[in-house]
Formats: sequence, C-alpha cells, structure tokens
Amino acid sequence: MTRIGLVVNPVAGLGGRVGLGGTDGPDRARVALSLGACPLAGARAAAALGELAARTGESARDGLLVVTAAGPLGADSVAAAGLAGRVVYAAGTGRDTSAADTAAAVRAVVAEGIDLLVFAGGDGTARDVLGALGDAPCPVLGVPTGVKMHSAVFAVSPRAAGEVAAAWLARTGGVRLRDAEVMDRDEDALGEGRVTSRLFGWLPVPDVPVRVQQRKTGSTATAPDAVGGIAAEVAERVGDGLLVLGPGSTTRAVAAALGADVSLTGVDALALRPGRPPRVVARDVGEEALLALGPAWIALSPIGGQGFLLGRGNQQISPRVLRAAGGREHLLVLCTEAKLAALGGRPLLLDTGDDALDAELSGHLPVITGRRRTSLYRLAM
Amino acid sequence: MTAPHAPVSVSPEEARIAGKPRLRRFRQASWDEKLIFELGSPGERGVLVPTADPSIGKPTIPDALRRTDPPALPEMSQQQVLRHYLRLSQENLGADLNIDVGQGTCTMKYSPKVNDQFVRDLRIAALHPLQDEDTVQGVLGIIHSLEQLLKEISGMDRVSLQPGAGSAAIYTNVAMIRAYFTARGELEQRDEVITTIFSHPSNAACAKTAGFKVITLHPDADGYPDIEALKAAVGPRTAALLITNPEDTGIYNPRIEEFVRIVHEAGGLCSYDQANANGILGITRARDAGFDLCHFNLHKTFSTPHACGGPAAGACAVTEELAPYLPRPTVEFDPETGVYRLDDERPESVGKMRPFYGVVPNLVRAYAWIMSLGAEGLRAAAETAVLNNNYLLHKVRQIPGVSVPYAAGRPRVEQVRYSWEKLHQDTGLHSEDIGLRAADFGTHYWTSHHPYVVPEPMTLEPTESYTRADLDEYAAILAEIAREAYEDPETVRTAPHRSTIHRVRPEALDDPAVWAVSWRAYRRKVLGEAGRP
Repeated sequence: MTRIGLVVNPVAGLGGRVGLGGTDGPDRARVALSLGACPLAGARAAAALGELAARTGESARDGLLVVTAAGPLGADSVAAAGLAGRVVYAAGTGRDTSAADTAAAVRAVVAEGIDLLVFAGGDGTARDVLGALGDAPCPVLGVPTGVKMHSAVFAVSPRAAGEVAAAWLARTGGVRLRDAEVMDRDEDALGEGRVTSRLFGWLPVPDVPVRVQQRKTGSTATAPDAVGGIAAEVAERVGDGLLVLGPGSTTRAVAAALGADVSLTGVDALALRPGRPPRVVARDVGEEALLALGPAWIALSPIGGQGFLLGRGNQQISPRVLRAAGGREHLLVLCTEAKLAALGGRPLLLDTGDDALDAELSGHLPVITGRRRTSLYRLAM
Repeated sequence: MTAPHAPVSVSPEEARIAGKPRLRRFRQASWDEKLIFELGSPGERGVLVPTADPSIGKPTIPDALRRTDPPALPEMSQQQVLRHYLRLSQENLGADLNIDVGQGTCTMKYSPKVNDQFVRDLRIAALHPLQDEDTVQGVLGIIHSLEQLLKEISGMDRVSLQPGAGSAAIYTNVAMIRAYFTARGELEQRDEVITTIFSHPSNAACAKTAGFKVITLHPDADGYPDIEALKAAVGPRTAALLITNPEDTGIYNPRIEEFVRIVHEAGGLCSYDQANANGILGITRARDAGFDLCHFNLHKTFSTPHACGGPAAGACAVTEELAPYLPRPTVEFDPETGVYRLDDERPESVGKMRPFYGVVPNLVRAYAWIMSLGAEGLRAAAETAVLNNNYLLHKVRQIPGVSVPYAAGRPRVEQVRYSWEKLHQDTGLHSEDIGLRAADFGTHYWTSHHPYVVPEPMTLEPTESYTRADLDEYAAILAEIAREAYEDPETVRTAPHRSTIHRVRPEALDDPAVWAVSWRAYRRKVLGEAGRP
C-alpha cells in the first residue's frame, strides 16, 4: 500500500487576483472573499492528484491511499480526483481554517505513516508545514497555489507536482531527495520598508531533474559529484584549521561529504584535520560564540534563485565576525555551477548591515564550484 | 491517454495560399526486425573468403593470440544482411531523411556523397597505417595540402592532423601549453586555466585532465563573457585562456581581441576552441585575434562524419613558437626531392595523441570539401549558415513558450541556445517531450547543450545545408508542438506516436546493470542466460 498525505490550505492564494498580495492571517482571507476572490487551492490540489492518478498504473492506483484532512483541507480534492482517501483530521465546523489547522492536519497525516506529503498553498503554508514536521521531516512536495512563493519546495505547476509525485512514488527516473529552501517574506524588513524574503529552513523534496539532462548519458556531472569536489577543495584550502559553515543546502551537503553532521539552519564550526574526520566544535551558535572561536575560514553558499550571500538567515556571521576572519581572504563561497548560472548574470548579494564591509567584499570573487574549479563571480551590495 | 494527434496535412497549393509550410504526414517504418544474431542459419554464407596467396607466407600471429574457437558470427546471405540494415535505417531518424537542425552543438551538416566515393577508393580504403612512407606518398600529400589549407583558414603557422576530434584536439592544445611552460620553467607557477561557462565544456575538462586548475567566467549583465571577471582572474598563475567564440549559445564575443591582450599581458597563452567555426570560415581568423593555438573539428565544420565514438578527426593549429610541441609524427615535405616523410624524431613533441598519423578517410573528406568550395565557397557556406541561423531565430522567437536567454535582441552566429522554460512552467512539459513529439513529424531533435545551465534548453544549429523551405518546415513543426503543448499537452507528453519504438527508459541508459552493448551482454542481462561475464 502506497500512502501519500495531502493537506490543502484552502485560503492560499485568495488575495492574488483581488490585488491583496498574500493571505496571511484570517482577516486577509475574509477581506479577499468579500472582494469576490474565489478559492482555487482545492482545485489545484485536485489537478495535481489527477495527474498523479493518470501517471500511476491501474494496479498501483488501487493500492494508493491519500491520507488527508476533512473537507476543503484535503478530502474535497481527493474526491474530485477520484482517489481513495482517509480523513484523519477535521477542523471545527463553521469557522475559518488557520495556520494551526494546517499544522495539526500535517501532524495527524504524518502520524499515519506516509511516503510523501503533498501540500497545497504558498510560502506561509510551507512555513507551517516546516514547523509542524520539526526535526524529522518526511519527503514533501508543494502544489503552488499561493501568491508569491519564494520557497523552492514547490513544483512548477499542479500538473508538474503530480508528475513529480508519481515519479517519486514509483521510484523511477532517478528521483532523489534534495533539501529545498522554505522562504517567506520578511515581515520585519517589510516594517522597515524593505521587501526581502527570509530563509526559514529546508524540507526534503523529490527532485526530478530536467529529463533531457538524464538522457545525455554519462556526461553531466550530477550535483552530488559537484558537492564532493567542493568538499575536497574546501578541505585542501582550510588544511589544519577552523571552518565556520553558514546555513544552506550546499554547505550542509559539503559538511556531510567531509563527514560532519551540522545543524539544519544554524551556523556551525568544524575543526578540520587533514586525513581525519572533522570535529564539530560549535553547533547552531550566535555571533559571540563565533567571535570566541578565534581565526577561522568562513564558508557560505548563496540562496538559490535570489543570490543572497550575506544578510539573509546567516546574520550570526556578522560584520564583526567577518572582519575578525580577515574579510575576503578567508571567505569561501561554495556553489554549484548550475546554481550560479541560474542567477542569469545577477550578482551575489551582500547585506551585512555594514556598508563599508559590503563595499570591501564587493567585486569579483572566486566561487568554489568543484575540485580545482572556481568561477569568478561578482558580489555586490 | 488520448488518441494520437492526427497529422495536419494540406496540399502544397493550400500551403502556398496559406503561406504556411506543410507538416508532413510522417509514419516511421516498423519492420519487427530481429537482431542480426537471431537471423541466418548454420552453414549459410554470404562471401567466400579466398585463401591467401602462398607468396604472402603464413600469418605470424602468435599462438597465444589465436582463437581456439571460431567467432560466433551470424551465418547469412549477403542479401539478408543488406535487407537487415536497410530496414534498420528506416527505423531511425537518419540525417539523409530528416531536418536535423536540432542536433544541438554537434553540427550535422550535409556531407556530399561524392566525398565518400573518394574514401571508398581502394587507394584509401585499403591503406594500412604501417605501410612504408614511399608507398603512401599520395596520402601524405593530401595531409600536407590539407594542413596548408587549414593554415590559411586559421592564419596559424603549423598544423597537425594527428589528434582525434574535439576533446582530443583540445587536449592536444592543453598538452602543448603545458609543454611550453615546462620548457620555460614556469609550469609550477602557471597552474590556472581560464575559460567561460558557455565555452565548449571540453575546455575545462581537458585543462583539468592536464593538471590545471580551472577558473570559469560567467556572462555579464549583457550576456557577453564578463571582461571584468577576466581582469580579476588573470595573474602570474595564469597559464592560458581556453575559449570558444562564438560560444555554444551562438553569441560572438565582440571583445575577443581584448580578452587575448589581457591574458597575454599576464604572460598566459590563448587557445581558440573553434568547434563553432562553421559561421566564421573565411570571415575571422584565430591568428588575427592574437591567438597562439586553435583547433578545428573536421567532423563538424568540414563536413565529415561526427565522432560519437567513431572516427572523427581534429586539427590543431599553432604559431611558430609552439610548433616544436606539436604531436608526432608530423608530415614533412622536401620541395627539392618532392618527397613527403613522417617525422617521429621531435624531442619537444607532446607525443602521439592517437596511433599513426590521422584518421585518413576523414582527412580526405575534409580535403575534398575544402577543395570543392574554394576560399569563396567557404565564406559563402559560413554566411549562409549565419543567415539560416538568424532566419530560424526570427521564426522560433515568435513561438509561444520559447525564450532566447542572454544578449537580448542580438543576432547570433550559427547556433542559438533557446529555452522552453516558460512553456515548461505553463504546461509542465519538458524540452525532451517536445523533442520526442518532433519525431512524429519526421524531424530530429536531440539537442546537446552542455553545460546544462539554461533551463529546458533547445539548441538549434541549422548550418548552410538547409533550404529556406526546410527551415520554415522545422519552425512550423516547433510552433505546432508548442500549440499542442498548450491546448493538448497529453499528445506531447505521450509522444512519440508514429515511431517504431516508443519512449526509451532513460535510466536504463545510465545503468550498467541493465544496458546491453553487445550480443553477449544482451543474452546475459536481458535474456538471463548464463555465460561469460
């Protein structure tokens, strides 16, 4: 029996068409509905499930169970797609659903034991899912129904979500899990008049690479290969020394390749010793603890798509920490070639809050993309 | 699954009136053909191999190398063999039957059939690489003449046709760069090679294979290789710049002379990867831009068959300063005696890049192609290729879902790397789906586009081989598939519908436990028969 979980945030995306932006908070949803907005999350979730069903063979479909929440939180979409469902959570009747419902539904669904959690919503929903799953996330895939969606946990369309889910459940096409960023608009920054997004963590997402890439046999370096190369290069550069690792899927993968388990979203420090496994000397620490470590190399990876290198989710690596490390000379930027190219020529962004330091770090810097491989890439404020 | 989409078919007259090219009613032949090993029967025979003339003497193969059992070859008549391969050829989208501008960066231009006649001539076909020099004077003369032609085309001082194509030639150039700095005692200091992200990736790979560190430059905000990044990259560690121009995106770097000057000022060498020379023949020359080394792919630009594990040929061209490092043997000509000879005594040479002195059949084809066109013809071929490419660019740009990343609005040289990212976002369909649907219209769309950093890439390189009508048809097919993608995505997703074979499971191609590249492997892995591993 294959089980997938489905949790729909029925109000996600309500504000988009009526010009409200996001629908975070129950008031916004009510306003949107009063302005004539139509719920669309349920239909998009159903489209994703429909695609999944179409791509799943008849016998496999018979063994497929969708574990979900009642009514618009999932069961309606399961019924619309004609799949077998089991309801394990119900919101109170006659009231608006809220973030708490999303979290409770996720917990109830996951408790049943599932192969993949599909959720329909936007960045706020992704954050709720992240929070509900805690430190032991199951494979997750977002059906995009929100307004902004900075997170990387979403398929490109509902049908693509169905396609990816089918591939993951059938374990075909070389699907593997990839840690994808959960991002949301930074409300604090918004209060200060800046529109930026913030990194909240990662969720494991089935990654279906562009199939053309797979077809060209034995030629394309896969991301894990690149990470191994980056790790070897970092080890050689640091030698017998201290390495501070910023958050990011690349830095985490590099730490894993070096043999160290580091925190999910925090800043960690490793003592590297040639020929021996590294030792974690600091885990998820703040600015003061980093300053207390003494001279260190600092390894950072940019946020995919956005290109932020400093000032988003890694504020612990403060201007004081960067200056103590010696600035540019001890900054190791780690990134795969594909992720760099995906920026389409836009620079890696610096926002440490210290303009003088940002200016000092600006300009072309070697980005480590593999073993004995760098790309010279522009950093800008 | 919906029913296969019915082919749109209108008469030529209707097409003329509508101003739209005809979409062919295509259906691939399906022969239910057995593997050749399953054909024939014991005792049947196609040719009677004559016994050797006693005057030749007994073969001198050592006993240890002799077979104990006869080879397990299928036994069948000549006609059966002929039929078998003719049938197989109909189950493929062969270059002689379709518009294969979608091959990607692996240019597949038309190779004139007459050139194959030369290669079939016994004087070429029966050549043995170990023959004495005095018995191969004609072939050495062709090689020497081809070298002179390529000197003229590149502006360089010396050419070697000994290396294989593509990567083998690029590697040869990197090896010469290494030998040059070794001779000057600078190799330890100069351990970095600079390239660009959209240069042919063999440059980075060959540099690394030869022991250099690789620094990659990305495009600037305008889509051209970032010259500021180059300035930041060069220094006393710089051994060389390895660069393709036009790059694999089809974009020509207008500041190439400045790139070369900056690297030279830092003491590095500059090597020009001319894999994309098809659009610049007779228009620009590597030497005129200041390069020290360059290479050509005879298999693409000079209309000889492509490598793909086969016998492709490359040409390395260098300045006088680098000539001592050329691979050996070189072909030398003594104008006084009129005699050609192979020079293997070259102490500073990087050595042999492959056995013997070159892939003679392809050298003959390339020589014939150049001689048949002449200087004016080469330039006309390049200009036609550029015109064809930009004509196709103009048409494809109008198709919904397609974009042309980098250097917005600028014309390209002889290829374009397009992106179906928008169509993918709108429909969930991939570039590969479009390619498989294109097969339903009898056209080839494989597309190779390393590095895979343009999302949902499609690289089209029409070359000079195709007519305007061909290009109209190809663009119309892409437009039709894009329309289907939006209106009836299932037809595209489940394509091909009119091919002999439906989709190949791609993961099997990457899995050594499953793939079967020989009859013996097929019996063991697919049929499950026990046998020698």
